Amino acid sequence: MIERILIVGASLAGVHAAEELRAAGFEGELTMLSAETEPPYDRPPLSKRFLAGHCGEEELSLRPVDSYAALGIKLHLGATATGLDLGRREVHTVDGTVHPFDGLVIATGSRPRWPAALPRLAGMHTLRTAADARRLADEFAGSPRVAVLGGGFIGAEVAATARGLGLDVTIVEAAPTLMSRALGPSFGDLLVRIHRDHGVDVRCGAAVVDVTGDIRVDGLMLADGTRVDADVVVVGVGNAPVTGWLASSGLELDDGVVCDETCATGVAGVVAAGDVARWRHPRLGVTRSEHHSNAVEQGMAAARTLLGQAAPYAPVGYVWSDQYEHKIHALGSWQPGAETRMIGPSLACFVREGQVVGAAGIDARREVMRLRKVIEQGEPCPVSTG
Amino acid sequence: MTGQAHVTAADGNTRTVPVRYGVKLMPELRSARVGVVGMCGGNAACGTCHVYVSPSWLGALKAPGTDEADMLDELESRSPQSRLACQIAFGPELDGIELAVAPHD
Ligand SMILES: Cc1cc2nc3c(=O)[nH]c(=O)nc-3n(C[C@H](O)[C@H](O)[C@H](O)COP(=O)(O)OP(=O)(O)OC[C@H]3O[C@@H](n4cnc5c(N)ncnc54)[C@H](O)[C@@H]3O)c2cc1C
Ligand code: FES
Repeated sequence: MIERILIVGASLAGVHAAEELRAAGFEGELTMLSAETEPPYDRPPLSKRFLAGHCGEEELSLRPVDSYAALGIKLHLGATATGLDLGRREVHTVDGTVHPFDGLVIATGSRPRWPAALPRLAGMHTLRTAADARRLADEFAGSPRVAVLGGGFIGAEVAATARGLGLDVTIVEAAPTLMSRALGPSFGDLLVRIHRDHGVDVRCGAAVVDVTGDIRVDGLMLADGTRVDADVVVVGVGNAPVTGWLASSGLELDDGVVCDETCATGVAGVVAAGDVARWRHPRLGVTRSEHHSNAVEQGMAAARTLLGQAAPYAPVGYVWSDQYEHKIHALGSWQPGAETRMIGPSLACFVREGQVVGAAGIDARREVMRLRKVIEQGEPCPVSTG
Repeated sequence: MTGQAHVTAADGNTRTVPVRYGVKLMPELRSARVGVVGMCGGNAACGTCHVYVSPSWLGALKAPGTDEADMLDELESRSPQSRLACQIAFGPELDGIELAVAPHD
């Protein structure tokens, strides 16, 4: 019988797990631990409207602070979990507090990787938290030349926002196009064009070998010998799941917390969700997602699993991105070996072994959404949506 | 701290859903399983939380912001009663609000 549920990580996945537990009828003790000192907030605006100064602090908040109490959820801020004892079924926090549990939701998310070869000088940033975004916004206010290292979602969005503020921007990306890990090389070409049209110096197929500057960064050295002058460098080269606190717990870890189809770990009553979870997707195999809709849906799915209402978690996967005046939407994903077929001017299908595994569009939300069933059922590629 | 919304679900049945004050309508409707999807988690990006607010309640809502207005403009099933549930903050002034879940594009 589960009477006490503990959720570690109070962001998207954690909050949605908590709300779903209550919605599904769980009436026992419910506690959330957050390493952050501010109440749960939403991250997407941090690289978009918030960084641009178009949205206030209050708009970031995920829920009003008192709404947790309204659901009987105890939220502890600044309560970083440092260890998990599976034998005694308790979690230890940094201040020495012990939190016993019957059910545990692991939702500690991911954090930006830092390239091992690069020093971390003043003026070099990653972007994950609201505090990171405030720091970056302060830097942008001084009209710096900006270099963005990595042309994935975060890098491309930061570049677009910085250009929107009138700053000089260079993107340095190792792959041949932008956002190609998620959307494939052909679709990435469309994005390269958009950024160039807006005046960004896009350097694809380029590797950074060194950072120059004394205390503060003043430029990047590329492998081909060229130099990019920069007063601010934003590093967006991917994320790593936050599992350090689980290292000696005995829980199976492999670039994330290893879960089955229902988000359950190998230990009864312990589930994981969001960026930290590597689970067995019924159609796609073992995978980990770093996207918003997954954190929401998987948080809810993991909660139901904990309450004995387990079902295979098989999302299609949805992402959006705002860059300049454009809205990008994608369902499913491009996968290595997939072929990109353009079925409209800015609408692509990703096809593998004759089946559609994903679709993406620029300013084509409705057309992308309509391909949802095609992807879910692995149907062949439609010729054109007209 | 909690009020109610009267919701005509996607299946045509009307239900009363508890909604916490201060919380946006979307997550509460999604929890209530009335057909609101909310794919973008409340960022006014996906259009899957589209609802029709009953005319007598429309006046009690704040006007849509630019993100919401842009999204509403491109919804095929748009009507003068259209709103995004993820942009409506619920409060005592909306207790008893009547709305219907719109069909998906
Ligand atoms: C700038 C930015 C823009 C984004 N934009 C988009 C977008 O447009 N579309 C999209 O689909 N996705 C976007 N994402 C991705 C999306 O926000 C993430 O996928 C989502 O936040 C994952 O949620 P999560 O709850 O799994 O993890 P996180 O949001 O990372 O939350 C994990 C929480 O756990 C806490 N924590 C970590 N360790 C501990 C510990 N030991 N003890 C207690 N607490 C701990 C962390 O402090 C954090 O608060 C964006 C992300 C960022 C950073
Ligand atoms: S939840 Fe996506 S637009 Fe409201």
